[in-house]
Amino acid sequence: MADEVILLDFWPSMYGMRLRIALAEKGVKYENKEQDLRNKSPLLLQMNPIHKKVPVLVHNGKPVLESSIIVQYIDEVWKDKTPLLPSDPYERAQARFWVDFIDKKLYEAGRKIWTTTGEAQEEGKKEFIEVIKTLEGQMGDKPYFGGEAFGFVDLSLIPFYSWFHAFETFAKFSVAAECLNFSAWAKRCMEKESVAKSLPDEKKVLVFLTEYRKSLGIE
Amino acid sequence: MHELCSHRHSTENITLIKKAMAKSDVKLLGAWPSPYVMRARIALNVKSVDYELLEETLGSKSDLLLKSNPVHKKIPVLIHNDKPICESLIIVHYIDEFWSSGPSILPSDPYDRAIARFWAAYLDEKWYPSLKGIASAQGEEAKKAAVDQVGESLALIEDTYVKLSKGKPFFGGEKIGYLDIAFGCFLGWLRVTEKTSGVKFLNEAKTPHLAKWAVRFCADPAVKDVMPETEKLAEFAKLLAKFRAGPPK
Repeated sequence: MADEVILLDFWPSMYGMRLRIALAEKGVKYENKEQDLRNKSPLLLQMNPIHKKVPVLVHNGKPVLESSIIVQYIDEVWKDKTPLLPSDPYERAQARFWVDFIDKKLYEAGRKIWTTTGEAQEEGKKEFIEVIKTLEGQMGDKPYFGGEAFGFVDLSLIPFYSWFHAFETFAKFSVAAECLNFSAWAKRCMEKESVAKSLPDEKKVLVFLTEYRKSLGIE
Repeated sequence: MHELCSHRHSTENITLIKKAMAKSDVKLLGAWPSPYVMRARIALNVKSVDYELLEETLGSKSDLLLKSNPVHKKIPVLIHNDKPICESLIIVHYIDEFWSSGPSILPSDPYDRAIARFWAAYLDEKWYPSLKGIASAQGEEAKKAAVDQVGESLALIEDTYVKLSKGKPFFGGEKIGYLDIAFGCFLGWLRVTEKTSGVKFLNEAKTPHLAKWAVRFCADPAVKDVMPETEKLAEFAKLLAKFRAGPPK
């Protein structure tokens, strides 16, 4: 029986990117339905009535919500190919911890950078670099967060990389200059086909965020 | 004579060490009022795992806590064979996956798991903060808005219970599972909030299914010894409020 897999997505969404990568890693065929978040579709509201957010994975008509939950779902359903989470319980706990850390800290710090100016933006920039440095320290000498193989933490983090150019432009800094190992890891991830085809062009993201900032009256 | 004494002492020592090891293999850094710590305790109880509870004192963080959770510096932290695991829901997953031969905590079907995880995240990100929001609401209007919000989300949870339990006693079915633990841990603080705000949230009139579920949950063998008494928790809440207000100026 053929699986029907639909992804309700929004092209700059870092959370949507996670799922594009995960589905590509698993070789799952799916239909991407681009959403207009300023004019939410009946399908989105039906599938995610509580949060009304993207991404949503609709598998055989049933919605799965929250990107890190969806990645685990994808890993558990399509379990015969390319494991995304480690098999050892302790390693799994570590992977979940770092994805939770990314969700709690990185998005907020980044948001401060692109939605504010002046002192608030400086603060966001400092927090952002601190988070990246913590993650960098965690990775150590390993090629990926999970070790030898690209996995849950890597795919949860790399989408933010497509927004770096915008952050660096708004707050005038360079992640590469501050975090060498992180940049090496990012380039390594970008060499993977599943990642390269799932992330939008960073210049397109800059244009999008610049326009969004204008519409919010920032700067 | 000297040698005989040494031999007896070393045998006793070995027995003591063995006893100590069995329990100290698993340590939980926590505090009795914390609902997040309770999640870990209930999960360990479900699996019949012996553990040592190391109580943190209010106002100070032990060296062990700072070493084990340098990122967040928060409880609970499960330390298993000297390896720390942090974040209550991650700890519950770990307990379920490591002690896999015991009764299951997470549902077995991936879709059911995703649903349970979704609601647990909802409780942590939306519901519990809104509950705490009642105490910190300034003025009558803000308080009413906070109360309404909690009431609405509880109605949602009541519906969710009906859908997920499918007539069985718990969110997890015949026995307590992930979502029972994720939500049930908040019952103590919910009762304290009802006392201090004067508003009833979880009862026969408003949430008939959850009211009955709560009784069953609190009576469960894995729960009853770790669920604090509402009175004791209310006293602690007063202490906490004083502590947060700081010394008198």
